[in-house]
Amino acid sequence: MKADVGAPVGTPVVKSGAGDFLRLPPFTAKIGGAAEYVVIPAGALLASLALFGIFVALFGKNPLDLYFYMYQGAFGTWFSWQNTLTRAAPLILTALCTALPAQLGMVIIGGEGALLIGALCATSAALAIPGAPPLVVDIAMAVAGMIGGGLWIMLSGALRQYRGVNETISSLLLVYIALAILNFLVEGPMRDPTSLNKPSTPEIGAANMIGSIPGTDVHWGFMFGIIAAVLSYILIYHTVFGFAARVAGGNLRAARVVGLSVGKLILIVCFLAGAAAGLAGMFEVAAVQGRTNANLAAGYGFAGILVAFLARQNPLAVIPVAILLGGIGASGGLLQRRLGLPDASVLVLEGVIFVMVLASDTLYGRLSIFRAKGA
Amino acid sequence: MNFDKISRRGVLKGTAALTVGSALPVSRALAADATIGFIYVGSRDDYGYNQAHAAGAAALKKLPGIKVVEEEKVPETDAVEKTMESMINLDGATLLFPTSFGYYNPHMIKMAQKFPKLRFEHCGGLWSDKDPKNAGSYFGYIDEAQHVAGVIAGYSSKSGKLGFVAAKPIPQVLRNINAWTLGAKLANPKITTQVIFTGDWSMPVKEAEATNSLIDQGVDVITCHVDGPKTVVENAARRGAMVTGYHVNQSVLAPKAYLTGAEWNWEALYPRFVKMFTSGETIPNFYRGGLKEEIVKVSPYGDMVSAEAKAKADEVKAALTAGSYVIFKGPIADNKGATVVEAGVSRGQTDPELEKMSYLVEGVIGATS
Repeated sequence: MKADVGAPVGTPVVKSGAGDFLRLPPFTAKIGGAAEYVVIPAGALLASLALFGIFVALFGKNPLDLYFYMYQGAFGTWFSWQNTLTRAAPLILTALCTALPAQLGMVIIGGEGALLIGALCATSAALAIPGAPPLVVDIAMAVAGMIGGGLWIMLSGALRQYRGVNETISSLLLVYIALAILNFLVEGPMRDPTSLNKPSTPEIGAANMIGSIPGTDVHWGFMFGIIAAVLSYILIYHTVFGFAARVAGGNLRAARVVGLSVGKLILIVCFLAGAAAGLAGMFEVAAVQGRTNANLAAGYGFAGILVAFLARQNPLAVIPVAILLGGIGASGGLLQRRLGLPDASVLVLEGVIFVMVLASDTLYGRLSIFRAKGA
Repeated sequence: MNFDKISRRGVLKGTAALTVGSALPVSRALAADATIGFIYVGSRDDYGYNQAHAAGAAALKKLPGIKVVEEEKVPETDAVEKTMESMINLDGATLLFPTSFGYYNPHMIKMAQKFPKLRFEHCGGLWSDKDPKNAGSYFGYIDEAQHVAGVIAGYSSKSGKLGFVAAKPIPQVLRNINAWTLGAKLANPKITTQVIFTGDWSMPVKEAEATNSLIDQGVDVITCHVDGPKTVVENAARRGAMVTGYHVNQSVLAPKAYLTGAEWNWEALYPRFVKMFTSGETIPNFYRGGLKEEIVKVSPYGDMVSAEAKAKADEVKAALTAGSYVIFKGPIADNKGATVVEAGVSRGQTDPELEKMSYLVEGVIGATS
């Protein structure tokens, strides 16, 4: 994604390269360009669905049935919508864990680890203050979860900045360390002795559980995910800090030349990224599980990587993409039950979409219809 | 390539499909007296835990007026709540079997409270009287079948070294390891069981490594307690070791190495539950049993099992089925030398002490932590 950012070192990067650094220009500035960012992914999505339809037809199922059940299971009823949004909730936050460092040109794929550490820290916070009012407990859980997750990903950032360790590898390996820590604590020091066959920490208590958004059964994690995504967007595209981060992401040497403190940027952005995933872990505890155990390692962190890449690392685009993947997950059950497709078929569809969206990247700037109106 | 035109046509086609689709009733394919939902944590052809439940579900499909809907690989998160709700809302399920242990609390409990008129049956034996009355939890004393398999393993081992690949050192698993070893000791009091814990329920690579390492140490009969025994059974057979199976009959995977095995018998239990359900009878909230109640069974013995082994195993099996035999009968020492069941004490299957098992009996090489 950096290929088109070619500002030579030493030139006044900030001025000449500004247009290139803005991956998604403000909507008001370029309607044509903005439309391109909607139409091309949508086209890729439709092409993927068509391809998946052929795949399903090869198994002797009617593709029209497939589309109907997918729509029915994901968006066809009010229940389906809630199912979709519930599944999307953790994905928005874990996707930010990949999308934010991507602004700096870093590929962080360890959101799962930050989620687990965030869940552990949040649970510990709740268990540390048993008598406090629920609101205090929940705030303490959120803060602890975000700090825990944030420090976890910051570790990857620090390893890259100070020791030159590849952040992709270190963040992935830290997932396994996080899982080992979780299993150790849950089966050892933090274990509730009554959790015989399913080692778990004690429960945080029913009073401390975060309920649903009124009128739905979607938990508040979804709303906080949207808030976090919007804040991230503002931070990246409308603040000096975000601009500095994108300059560093576009050309590291240029950023150093203009005097940006790249190390500080890396650490702060990694902390914010990990905090988002840590918050996802906190909501999994406070809104869903009520305690920490191995169930938390459900792969939300890994699904978030997919969301971030499909959203082309744009924090705002993460929201609809997470809902889309939530919808695919929600409809997956119906595909199994009605069409007798194996669970893996949903993975095939996700894979096809992933490849299609990445391949469609080459179409940007090549479709004359957008050029005529736009630049 | 005129991308614009294709894209527009695609949009139109998609819209048309959605419009046609929306007009159709949701449950057009479903017309049954009762729709029953089954949810599995892994894939239903895993030659293990999930396949055993799927076999039970398959037995229900043969009953008249019963429609079964199934979903596999559902994680133990709010995803399972949504799967249950989806089965209720979109398929009209009135009886649900979320079969994995971790589905119970908080997920199934939450759904049972939300849908008080529907019935929820969980595998794991966790129900207590604080839980909703429309929820139930059943389980089988599979250590009885393991004990019988252990007798066969003990007679079949030439090296006197047995191996056990286990997931986690939790009571259910420890009980199987101990019952299997105690069975083997009936054949050879000096026999040992080397146990290796892999740390999780489905870790094929570690399970293969554990199997190989056990065989390298001279172990010649292996069993396991993991979700899918396929890896262990196939690897052991390839290395020339014998196996006793778990969850379902794995003899098709290793016909020459499969001595016997401890199997679930859900295909006997589920039709019983469903008959109670459709006739308006209440399914007991807490339901347990072993060989006698036909909730577990022992795989048919392989051709290589000696007549002596068969005779002893059949004797133990008959006594367990009659209810006149106790596996955990004192004196029993653990592998650190402490007495865990005093002489003269018989811990029968329903003894709550067995639910808290935290030790490995004498003869087992390994540690619980």
